[in-house]
Amino acid sequence: MKNVAFGQYYPADSPLHRMDPRAKVILAILYIVCTFLCKNAISFACLVLSALVLVVLSHLPLRLILRSMRPILFIIVFTSVINIFMTKGEHLLTPADWRIKIYAEGLWNALFMVLRISALILGTGIFLTYTTTPIALTDALERLLSPLKKIKIPVHDFAMMMTIALRFIPTLTEETEKIMNAQRARGASFSTGSLINRAKALIPILIPLFVSAFNRAFDLASAMECRCYHGDEGRTRLKVLHYRASDLVAVLLMLSFGVGVFFLNRLGIGPHLS
Amino acid sequence: MPELFIHTEDLCFTYDAEGPDAQPALKGITLDIYKGEYVAVLGHNGSGKSTFAKLLNLLLEPTSGRLTVAGMDLTAPSIGEKELLELRRNVGMVFQNPDNQLVATIVEEDVAFGPENLGIPHPELRTRVDEALEALDMTAYAQHEPHRLSGGQKQRVAIAGILAMMPKCIVFDEATAMLDPSGRREVLRTLRMLNREFGITILNITHYMNEAAEADRVIVINDGTLLADGTPDEVFAQRQRLCEVGLEVPQCTELLCRLREAGIDIPGERISSAESCADLIVAALGRHAEKGGKCHG
Repeated sequence: MKNVAFGQYYPADSPLHRMDPRAKVILAILYIVCTFLCKNAISFACLVLSALVLVVLSHLPLRLILRSMRPILFIIVFTSVINIFMTKGEHLLTPADWRIKIYAEGLWNALFMVLRISALILGTGIFLTYTTTPIALTDALERLLSPLKKIKIPVHDFAMMMTIALRFIPTLTEETEKIMNAQRARGASFSTGSLINRAKALIPILIPLFVSAFNRAFDLASAMECRCYHGDEGRTRLKVLHYRASDLVAVLLMLSFGVGVFFLNRLGIGPHLS
Repeated sequence: MPELFIHTEDLCFTYDAEGPDAQPALKGITLDIYKGEYVAVLGHNGSGKSTFAKLLNLLLEPTSGRLTVAGMDLTAPSIGEKELLELRRNVGMVFQNPDNQLVATIVEEDVAFGPENLGIPHPELRTRVDEALEALDMTAYAQHEPHRLSGGQKQRVAIAGILAMMPKCIVFDEATAMLDPSGRREVLRTLRMLNREFGITILNITHYMNEAAEADRVIVINDGTLLADGTPDEVFAQRQRLCEVGLEVPQCTELLCRLREAGIDIPGERISSAESCADLIVAALGRHAEKGGKCHG
């Protein structure tokens, strides 16, 4: 249990790993917008191409990327079925006397939706979860959202909470393991019995876990006070983030991709999303 | 005359002072601690020794009495946010559970936490972190995640985090209680090093007698009052008094005392360290052999 991975970060040394986390957050947002801009076959082809480029740039193993698609498999199947059977169009594919009617437009819509959802998951995964550590992500969000401090949104406090939560995940996981073993030694069983019994068996784990978590919180609060923590007022940071030229280039490329997709949509060639 | 660092006069503290079950934890402590001293504070669980520590950087506020730390009168009403930060920068504190005092997910960022809060600007911040890690011999672990380190290493990271604030005094509140013997040795070596090389005043609050024997001065707190104060040899010589309140003396002191009780002549006052104890016994054995030799000769 000691090796619980933080999030889904995949350590590697790729251009995407080295990129400034703030730039990656911006890129992820832009990429999401781009996926929604795509309207016809040509722009979707470009989307697929861009996704392939991202996969290559990220140095992530293909297996990992396919695995990231598994949780959304149901959504993909569900939307394609709905799109295939529910879309009405002009080109009927099934014989006219069938009760179930499938149109060519429906097939295209299903394909487009699948591509869109996949690109969405792939893009956020590659830009955020797989190539950025959760702590860098928290840091980036704190800095990107810092203008909100002006309207009294406690951005720093939220980021601090997030950091502490991340710091204590392995500690509390280990603790849970210990408590479970202690309860097992007293004859508790967590894997047998009805669902209700199993849920009841969790109570003797959760209560000590909560008590200890609160004690830890008090200790940590004292320790932080001793180390002069007093919010972000006048606080400096060890890690300074610098945008580099490559970050700017990446953002510009993404913007031009968006503009490109926008104009490709206007070409009236090939099937388009109806 | 060394500079006075901590001065207390009839210092009292009561938990939940206004509440129905007010419990006095400190009942009038008067003592002086000088700059650069290495002091061990001994006492049982519940003797008030941890309370005493928490008063020193105002984690708790004294109920009555006087308390001056680093020239700052902590009982004065003028203590504001700024003074409090200055005090806590001067008096660092390391706690018992190493897991509960590390804030960041990367060792070097945790070490930087204190100086970051103090607003140390950039090139200096980096130097401070690197130097603190270097001093604690943790440079190799700068990029590690704290939860993968051993207890002793975690505690050294915590100490590095305090050291990076460049304090004048560090209070160790049972900092070795949760460590295994090797971790405890690591931390004790560090304490001595901080005291000798950095001239930092050390207060080691502990209930291990052998740790106390390593200090230059031992203070025994029992039931909220000062029971003994002196060098380890002076304090442990009062074995009877310590035993009465249920505290033991280090094993070597115990051994010497029992030998004396058995009628073996062991002179000398350095009775708290294992080496001097061994020397005294060897000398006594030597004398014994000489006497025996004369009888037979």
